Amino acid sequence: MDPAELKYTKTHEWVSLDGDVATIGITDFAAGQLTDLSYIELPDVGRTLSVGEDCGVIETVKAASDLYAPIAGEVVEVNGALEDDFDLLTNEPLGDGWIMKLKVANATDVDALLDHAAYLAHCETEEH
Amino acid sequence: MRNQQATKLIFDLSQPGRRGTQFPESDVPVKPLADLLPADQLADQPPPLPEVTEADVVRHFVNLSQLNMSVDTHFYPLGSCTMKYNPKRHERWAKLPGIGDLHPYLDESRIQGMLAILYEMQEMLGEIAGLPAVSLQPAAGAQGELTALLTAAAYFQDKGEDRKKVLFPASAHGTNPASAAIAGFECVQLNSTVDGLVDMEELKANIDENTAVFMITNPNTVGLFEKEIAEISRLMHEAGGLVYIDGANMNAILGITRPGDFGGDMMHYNVHKTFTGPHGGGGPGSGPIAVRDFLEPYLPGPVLTKLEGDDGEPFYSLRDPEKSIGRVRSFFGNVGILLRGYFYLRTLGPDGVREISEIAVLNANYLLAKLKDILPVPNGDRCMHEFVASAKILQKEKGISAMDVGKRLLDFGFHAPTVYFPLVVAEALMIEPTETESRATLDAFADAIRQIVDEEPEFLHQAPHSTMHSRPDDVAAARKPVLKWSAQAQ
Repeated sequence: MDPAELKYTKTHEWVSLDGDVATIGITDFAAGQLTDLSYIELPDVGRTLSVGEDCGVIETVKAASDLYAPIAGEVVEVNGALEDDFDLLTNEPLGDGWIMKLKVANATDVDALLDHAAYLAHCETEEH
Repeated sequence: MRNQQATKLIFDLSQPGRRGTQFPESDVPVKPLADLLPADQLADQPPPLPEVTEADVVRHFVNLSQLNMSVDTHFYPLGSCTMKYNPKRHERWAKLPGIGDLHPYLDESRIQGMLAILYEMQEMLGEIAGLPAVSLQPAAGAQGELTALLTAAAYFQDKGEDRKKVLFPASAHGTNPASAAIAGFECVQLNSTVDGLVDMEELKANIDENTAVFMITNPNTVGLFEKEIAEISRLMHEAGGLVYIDGANMNAILGITRPGDFGGDMMHYNVHKTFTGPHGGGGPGSGPIAVRDFLEPYLPGPVLTKLEGDDGEPFYSLRDPEKSIGRVRSFFGNVGILLRGYFYLRTLGPDGVREISEIAVLNANYLLAKLKDILPVPNGDRCMHEFVASAKILQKEKGISAMDVGKRLLDFGFHAPTVYFPLVVAEALMIEPTETESRATLDAFADAIRQIVDEEPEFLHQAPHSTMHSRPDDVAAARKPVLKWSAQAQ
């Protein structure tokens, strides 16, 4: 994925929209904070999510973080490979480390998300 | 030289036929087990217990105990845990026959001394809290939180109000939202300001008629006093909600201010931390709660009450509050720890209790001042009883993490501070020296850290270098924990 083409949340998820299916993952910035992953919980396929709903857990030795749905929709696929290989998430968060695909309920949800420049600016403020 | 033979697993020390005790020949007829128990109750073979001599057992456990770092052996600045020295006289007093040998089923008339102690403890905790009604029942802090939230839920239900939201700041202990969720509330986390305090605008935006409780630790987990606490309480009360004070950091404010005075309606104590129950390694704890009078009818029972006996002398008795939520712990709570807290408070008296906090805060500020140039403290130059330093710059410039500093400190004979909590500070080292440490100890600790940050990063990544095991595999322990020994696994 080309980072410049993606949309972002302040909670560090990315969204790539292809027709009415959105692929969702976590950003490089978030993955960089995740050392020593110990557990990943993905949502069930078929579950309907609303904007901002927590739908998964990423746990490291130090802390547990919730995964939030950036947009509303139905879970049509999750990346089962992550459960066996956490390195995918830390090494390729924008590629093979994607988390889930949603059938988008409302395409305009994407308009409320951050573009790449705005997301980078947000990370900058979190750094301080 | 360390005895590495004796600290193997005790099962690995086992040799067939070894015994610690020789039983005499039985002087009564021996019946076969099969005559005494039904066939389906009999095991196929004896359990695989280790077979060892008395000397094997003693050396095993004594050597293991010497691998431990404890407050009796080391400075232990584990932030948020208040690892102060626990006076040994408390152990002696708790064992006195009139105290240690009592059975909880004894008739009240025969345990008046014990009940008097528990009653006075109840009263002292109420006074220090500024909240008059106390339950000694909860077994530790988190159970105190849960108990207080269940008490609040019963109060709202009784008033016919259906309030579902519990608010807490991002710096809260993880037990706060966990307790709220278990008590059936919805949890709403509020972001902190850049100064590490409650964001008042965010709070106002989240308070409504559905808000039940705001849970806050004061001073908070970055070691700062929440200056707006009176206004926070006013806003919550105006909306009909309650304020819960997590008493984890009471060591900073004893005798100086009181949760009840700054607007709290409920709180818990950690008697094992603040009032010297020996703790660490899982307990035992004691987490009494103190609440406002209008919440008293819902407290778990039994609570202690002082009556007048037939002879005109006081008579202490147990009773259940009128609309009690029921029991949360067997008998009278963790009495062993309550006793140590009682002895501590009675030894120090009101002036001494205040001095605990004055010295605890002074010690923390002294260490902060000695360390801030090498480990910056993002939330200011002054703290309460603890402070949160950050190894973020060290990590960026030299690749030395908070974990590396903590691990290396073990080689210098210091227990590590709390690391990576609270999450609001990157590469956090949370340091709480407590009041029981001398200036010499604080100086030695600061010197050790100054030396560590100048060491080779690669050497630090492999620290500690002096312990039996250097770095256990945290990830494997979390992902594939082996929680008990089993013969099959060997």
